[in-house]
Amino acid sequence: MSNPITLNINGKKRQITVRPAATLLDTLRLRLGLTGSKPGCLNGDCGACTVLMDGVPMKSCLMLAVEGEGKEITTIEGLINTPIQKAFIEKFAFQCGYCTPGFLMNCHALVYTEPNASDERIKDWLESNICRCTGYREIEEAVISVLNTVKGTH
Amino acid sequence: MISFDFEYFKPKTIQETIHLFHSLVTKKKTPLYYSGGTEIITLGRLNLVYTDAVIDINALPEYHTIRFSEGYLVIGAGVSLTKVEEENPFPLLSKTVSEIADRTARNKISLGGNICGDIFYREAVLPLLISDSLLGIAEIDGLHYYPINKVFNREIQLQKGDFLFNILIDQTYLDLPFVSMKRRQQWNVGYPLVTICALKKDEEVRMAFSGVCPFPFRSVEMEDVFNDKSYSLEDRVRRSLQYLPKPVLNDVEGSSEYRIFVLQHTILDALQKLEGGPNV
Amino acid sequence: MEYIGKSVIRKEAFEKVTGKAKYTNDFQETGTLHAKMLISPYAHANIASIDFSEAWKIPGVKAILGDEPFPLVGEEIKDRSPIAYKRVRYHGEPVAVVVAEDPITAKKAVDAIKVSYESLPVVNSPREAFQENAVLVHENLDRYEKREGVYPVPKTNIANLDKIRKGNMEDGFRESDVVAEFQISFNPSDHAAMETRCSIAEIRADGEVIITTSSQAPFAIKKLMEWYFGIEPGKVIVKTPLVGGAYGGKAAVQLEVIAYLASKAVAGQPVKLFNSREEDMITSPVHIGLDASIKLGATKDGFLKAAEIQFLFDGGAYSDKGVDISRAGAVDCTGPYAIDHIWCDSYCMYTNHPYASAYRGYSHAEVLFAFERTMDVLAEKLNMDPLELRYKNAIRPGDTTPTQVLLSSSTVGNVPKCIERLKELMNWAEGQRMEIDDRKIRAKGISCIWKTSTFDTNATSGVILTFNPDGSINLMSGVVEIGTGTKTVLAQILAERMKMDISKIHVKMLVDTQTTPEHWKTVGSRGTLMGGRAVLNAADEAIRKLKEVASCVLRVPVEELEVADGKVYFLDNPNVFVEIKDIAYGYTFPNGNTIGGQIIASGNYTLTRMTHLDRETGKGKPGPEWAVGAQGIEVELDKRDYTYRIIKAYSVVDIGTVLNEKAARGQVMGAMSMGIAFGGRETFVFDPYGRVLNPQLRTYRPLHYGEQPEYIIEFIETPHIIAPYGARGGGEHGLLGMPAALGNCLSAALGVQLKHLPLIPELLWRAQEGWKDDIV
Repeated sequence: MSNPITLNINGKKRQITVRPAATLLDTLRLRLGLTGSKPGCLNGDCGACTVLMDGVPMKSCLMLAVEGEGKEITTIEGLINTPIQKAFIEKFAFQCGYCTPGFLMNCHALVYTEPNASDERIKDWLESNICRCTGYREIEEAVISVLNTVKGTH
Repeated sequence: MISFDFEYFKPKTIQETIHLFHSLVTKKKTPLYYSGGTEIITLGRLNLVYTDAVIDINALPEYHTIRFSEGYLVIGAGVSLTKVEEENPFPLLSKTVSEIADRTARNKISLGGNICGDIFYREAVLPLLISDSLLGIAEIDGLHYYPINKVFNREIQLQKGDFLFNILIDQTYLDLPFVSMKRRQQWNVGYPLVTICALKKDEEVRMAFSGVCPFPFRSVEMEDVFNDKSYSLEDRVRRSLQYLPKPVLNDVEGSSEYRIFVLQHTILDALQKLEGGPNV
Repeated sequence: MEYIGKSVIRKEAFEKVTGKAKYTNDFQETGTLHAKMLISPYAHANIASIDFSEAWKIPGVKAILGDEPFPLVGEEIKDRSPIAYKRVRYHGEPVAVVVAEDPITAKKAVDAIKVSYESLPVVNSPREAFQENAVLVHENLDRYEKREGVYPVPKTNIANLDKIRKGNMEDGFRESDVVAEFQISFNPSDHAAMETRCSIAEIRADGEVIITTSSQAPFAIKKLMEWYFGIEPGKVIVKTPLVGGAYGGKAAVQLEVIAYLASKAVAGQPVKLFNSREEDMITSPVHIGLDASIKLGATKDGFLKAAEIQFLFDGGAYSDKGVDISRAGAVDCTGPYAIDHIWCDSYCMYTNHPYASAYRGYSHAEVLFAFERTMDVLAEKLNMDPLELRYKNAIRPGDTTPTQVLLSSSTVGNVPKCIERLKELMNWAEGQRMEIDDRKIRAKGISCIWKTSTFDTNATSGVILTFNPDGSINLMSGVVEIGTGTKTVLAQILAERMKMDISKIHVKMLVDTQTTPEHWKTVGSRGTLMGGRAVLNAADEAIRKLKEVASCVLRVPVEELEVADGKVYFLDNPNVFVEIKDIAYGYTFPNGNTIGGQIIASGNYTLTRMTHLDRETGKGKPGPEWAVGAQGIEVELDKRDYTYRIIKAYSVVDIGTVLNEKAARGQVMGAMSMGIAFGGRETFVFDPYGRVLNPQLRTYRPLHYGEQPEYIIEFIETPHIIAPYGARGGGEHGLLGMPAALGNCLSAALGVQLKHLPLIPELLWRAQEGWKDDIV
């Protein structure tokens, strides 16, 4: 049982056939070779597989690939030289790096969606991802540093 | 990774959807409606849910809209929990759903999905239980509206093939004084030990609960006790407990006796807040 | 110094922020088959029958393993069948493995296997396991093959006993005016690394076994494959790419063995085995549990005289690393205190729980929760400030450890100084417990910490340096990049020694045991000491070789040359120089004559003068040094409903020398975060049948963003003389005192001595309101 679908990923249209039961995460990794999105729990609990759908963060393990049709999907591979990536490096906001793609996608969406995000809003967004290595302060610093620059440019 | 296979349908109208469901059943299929889909995917992965035909209802017109009509707030059951939070048409509902799962998950979880889900907390229903809301159920002969307390008793009571399409809330309920509180085992994440939603209408308190029992509920008997001002707040809380449904949950999140301890304080806090006592 | 102490950006940083960083499961070669496990729903049962017939009918199934007597495995005692045979001893144990063309087919086939179990009574705690007439987890303990130095007791559940006998207990308690006794316990829990474990195995036509795996111990796998299957170590090649968090959990060898057996069953084709989160939490080894009794004796003015200790570690169903973890617990069975009379029996007990692997701190956080809680109980009895009690007894140069190692400033650092600094940072003088209003209490608690690492006495680390034609250097070390940034620190050490630009050092992240020199295991915060010393040795050889070539070119004796800034130059006249890029591949004279070739240098380091521990007294030198520190926690507790918020967490760690400021702080902070979660929330919840009720991140919850306190971290720098630039290990220490400090803090707040972890509000409520300790 498989359906032909077209996914718009990182600005490129990809035509593939998928099992309707295939999650977007498995499709990205196993069919499209986009292994940046990570499987951490396959249960929507850890956020390591977060991608953006029309700019909104989504856990790609919690959606079917067929649901991605007609949406603009951005994965970590589509994030290039963004301020949040630079800030993560400068602030040492990762160690093992496994949760990093998911955190970056979520943080990237956050700084663009809510450039004036308060601490409370940042918490609301970032609660969705688990990092087991850092103490989260480094990630907080990275996000705030980008929010400050974004604010500065307006 | 779901190991069973299913067909995938995305009908465009309610009528088409219901007919599709029944025709699949006739073909000995086990169809499931797919809204946010998070439970089908996570429980399906563990073989706790099975389907061989998924009917994705997200293409239905009006399924994702929030609008006002004839004195009612009308929310499509497919509206994501984050959209409920952001548009904030009903602050009690927004506050309550904002504590469910986490924000990224709430971008996917639909209001209807949370109410109709297998995972028994179903916290999104609490505000609806105490606001005399109407549930719009898509049935074979069209959309019908029922008072929530007629079609929701611990879980939604639907005929096979019917589904929750939208929710109507009388606008007069939207800005009543309210309380929404969630108490967890520890700190900020996890399922509830106790979630309470309460409203004050015509000087009477209404209250609904999740996390206490393996189903959400509103208890008229408990409310009668809460509103009996001949007793002190503490006494009302204590006396209300005799009307708690059974069983009280006893699981990894907390024992039943501890839940009752937490419940008492939470009710007390809720009543104090609604009766203008010291803020908590 | 140019690079030491600087916050040099980690070498793999760009890979990690672009999604290009590859972890084991990201490697997907065509032709790779996929394995999936069927795991036991029972904690203890006989497998009455197992039926693969329906599973075999599924197209694409290549092999089904199970119901056969595979060679037994285990790091010290061979007590475990890699796939259960006839009997299961823990919930989650692999019962069968399907190999198929793709993961979906494998899962379908697993779902089609029918097993019938006959359940057996379970051993649900180490205390239960210790009772006479307890149900036996292993009836034939005496028949298992084992290594020297491990002593299972047949017809009991004792996998091993290590003893510490220092001084004389009668004397110790006679000299004591006050005695404090205390007992603690907590369940096993999990590492919850974000990357679940994954192994890919293949057997080549010539018999070479290639294993790609997310492991902290790729070199140990080679040795174990010899012990388990008689395969020559040279024929086993283990590759380890970046590892997505490990914390000790990936020091155990489990999936590698199963993947190897699976590959063998399909004529050597590559087979990938990737844990689901649920499997990673219970099937693969876990964080050990402990039940401990401590009795301390002290004089009335607070000097510790005697410590009598019993540890019952919950090693789970199989001994594996458990017997070594309980040994490490014996080695540092007290906190960092000078105590003349110490008696400790440290048992590794078999239970019907998931079995244990190393966990960040290697039994030290666990032991310290027991010991440091008892210190506060003693302080209360003495009516003495708990910080003062610790300061008075702080171990100092000239004192001896429980295994009777005589300490120097180099080997123990400065405990008193850590306590002094903590006292200032926490503003301890304002009091330990303050009522804010009629509900809120602010309270503080502390814990001292120490740790040495108990490695094999011949543990070694090697480094190879090869030069590129541009004068840059490739650095190859067997240290696995598990997130600690050690490989970047090694590059810093090399850049410092070579006096060169660190951007010209290329660090090979992938470990390949065929081409990378061995680093024993990436555990125990020893990468910097051992790998660092190996780098220095290799750098010295590189410098010597560069000078030899330069000496011919410049006609300057070797001893008058210096290497720096990409050049080799004459000390008396730096204008006389040759660039390293011109000699890295030998030097070619204008007429074509060439001397020398590519510069290749190597170095290694083996821990110095380590000894085995005496079986009767524990006397011996288990590790090179102790890193020490003092930690604290400050909470705000609501005494009405027992909820609390951790406001601040403090660490003062004597780290010797800080090599990379931000990386070091990150290590300590991250470890504190894990320690807070271990102390405050994480545990496996077992039902009466020994089943784990919460093997998912939804119900087993690590710390999430927003739950972190303010972290206050300071370093004391007492050099470890033999270490590179004096640095001590620091990857684990932030965790060690957090559970104890939290316990001490909440006990002080409530006025009740708390005995269990995790310290959730329900536990506080039970302790305070007099509920019996009936939480499993």
